[in-house]
Amino acid sequence: MNNTAIRVDRLGKRYCLGQIHSNLLSEKIGNGLRSFYDRIRSRNSSVLSSNGSRQKDFWALKDVSFEIEPGEVVGIIGRNGAGKSTLLKILSRVTEPTEGQVEMYGRVGSLLEVGTGFHPELTGRENIFLNGAILGMKKAEIRRKFDEIVVFAEVDKFIDTPVKRYSSGMYVRLAFAVAAHLEPEILVVDEVLAVGDAEFQKKCLGKMEEVGKEGRTVLFVSHNVDAVLRLCKSAILLKGGSVQIRGSSEQVTGVYLKEQVGVTSAKQWNICTAPVNAAVRLMEVYAHRSDGSPCDSFDVTEPVGITMKYDVLEPGHFLTPACNFYNDRGVNIFDSHDTSQECRTTRKSMGRYESTVWIPANFLSEGVVTVGAAIITPDPFLVHLHEKEVIAFNMADSLRKNSARGEYKGTMPGIIRPLLRWHTRARNQT
Amino acid sequence: MIVDNQKLQETYFGHKHKTVIKPSRSSMTLNLGEVWAYRELLSMLVWRDVSVRYKQSLVGIGWAIIQPLFTMIIFTIIFGRFAKLPSDGVPYPVFSFCALLPWNYFSRSLGGASDSLVSSANLITKVYFPRLILPLSRVFTGLVDFAISFLVLLAMMVWYRITPTIGLLLLPLLICIAMITALGIGLWLTALNVKYRDIAFVVPFITQFWMFASPVAYSTSIVPQKWQWLYGLNPMAGVIEGFRWALLGKTAPDFAMMLASFVGICVIFITGLIYFKRMERTFADVV
Repeated sequence: MNNTAIRVDRLGKRYCLGQIHSNLLSEKIGNGLRSFYDRIRSRNSSVLSSNGSRQKDFWALKDVSFEIEPGEVVGIIGRNGAGKSTLLKILSRVTEPTEGQVEMYGRVGSLLEVGTGFHPELTGRENIFLNGAILGMKKAEIRRKFDEIVVFAEVDKFIDTPVKRYSSGMYVRLAFAVAAHLEPEILVVDEVLAVGDAEFQKKCLGKMEEVGKEGRTVLFVSHNVDAVLRLCKSAILLKGGSVQIRGSSEQVTGVYLKEQVGVTSAKQWNICTAPVNAAVRLMEVYAHRSDGSPCDSFDVTEPVGITMKYDVLEPGHFLTPACNFYNDRGVNIFDSHDTSQECRTTRKSMGRYESTVWIPANFLSEGVVTVGAAIITPDPFLVHLHEKEVIAFNMADSLRKNSARGEYKGTMPGIIRPLLRWHTRARNQT
Repeated sequence: MIVDNQKLQETYFGHKHKTVIKPSRSSMTLNLGEVWAYRELLSMLVWRDVSVRYKQSLVGIGWAIIQPLFTMIIFTIIFGRFAKLPSDGVPYPVFSFCALLPWNYFSRSLGGASDSLVSSANLITKVYFPRLILPLSRVFTGLVDFAISFLVLLAMMVWYRITPTIGLLLLPLLICIAMITALGIGLWLTALNVKYRDIAFVVPFITQFWMFASPVAYSTSIVPQKWQWLYGLNPMAGVIEGFRWALLGKTAPDFAMMLASFVGICVIFITGLIYFKRMERTFADVV
């Protein structure tokens, strides 16, 4: 047996931009005449660039290679236009690559959209069969799973109603339910989880997790970093049509998020560029684990350390290091500064200092946390330096059930996520 | 797109198989076995088109009877009464209805097949299946309406006391010719339509023109003798004349002529298939 489920080898996809736009025969003829005219006028037609490829060509994917083992659940992330959808379309054979090849071992099911081919005039029952057939299920298979699908979609009362009368929620639930019961060995999924209400999303995530646990190979394409972190052990980051990084999902989403935010989890300055005033110069800020190792992505159940290194240039000040923490919606989660006895009562002498603040485990919520660093004097209040958005790191919940999530998998709002103690006692038991 | 597979059956519905996706170099691999592997999808699409067509209408499937019936009435009044076109001794209503049957089937299949890819753009861009399924499903869909109006024709024949000839047994063959003609031209048009939406405007003209070039409202006998050979090249002329011959006992069509036109239509069909297959890989990008 081969130990690969999917092997992608130097895959490339070129689109001719001009070709897409001219859908009218008259335009096409016009363009043909124009390029013919151009060619007569000069041999070095401007239509061709030096390497022979037309300038209107656009490589949506270029030189993409990776391998995925059976049973692996891999997330593919990247910005819009990074090539995610193109890769997905090639893997699901909707479109053909321009170069390179893909080998897939096992029955492949792909979901680029939920409810593909749903017909509004048909009833729920009829659409289950139609959609199932379109997704590649056999009639007998659909019949066998029919009841299960109806229960999962929670539409049993309306199963003989045309789907055009469904609420959008019901429609999506039914559509996802059919898709969720597809049982391929390799599942290629687009962001189908971005549909439905929170309750249903939770159910979908649960189902996806189940699929992964059953040892099937899943390729999950998403913008939703939280979902990737929750579902996938490893991930691939696409950028500009190529693989930028392939690794553990924490690592990859960390890189992705920091690119989005534009800062990394460690910032170092040299003497010339460092923020400075007469009293102090900030040299370095970084986020790290409890063992001191720098890190981009933390589990919500581990403490996060932020260390600032700074040089005191003028002795005799009360210098207090401080940090601001912002979440990815720009909310100031909290600020903190050194309130220790020593810091409050000792004027700092010249030299290099290193201050670390520990954010306890089970405190920050999932998402990207952006950190601002400052050196202040608390009283009388004076800001010596204040660098906003120096570093950023990512908080993730790996669903080990020891976080404040417990068993819950859905969306958890709230800007912090403390793990609190609960007491429940039975009273007046019957 | 080239897909290596040991057994097509296993590929889509079986276990452990290998799929290779790479740019296809040759356009000559028709891969028709794959269409067979997807026959369930084909039947689902046919079923969908049939059941959707008359949903939420009062008369429902009755429209399959009403439409040709009214066309027949209009033809009878205009061509039979006013223009007094000869109907070779057969009551004009049966004479025209007998022709409308294969003609309606053909024109609807041709229209449906030409439109099949563009109207299923949402499927093409989201799911893989042999694209040939789409035009195919349209030519099969028309058979249902055909069967229903055929019953009406039988009723009319009983009313007018006309006994069909033994040629009745050749009807499936004649319908096959109509199907291949519609599909052959439909394959060209639908593949072209993906790229050039002009086709959508051309199809109604083609069908209209073609109807006048076929003996639907009139009899082949009014075509001047020296043009008969050219006329015989129209495969639908052969099919319609064949219907009248089989059901109403009219003069047999020129079978040599029909064979010639059939050869022509096979050429269109096969080249259409090749062109379709060659364009298939770009459908999702262009549509």
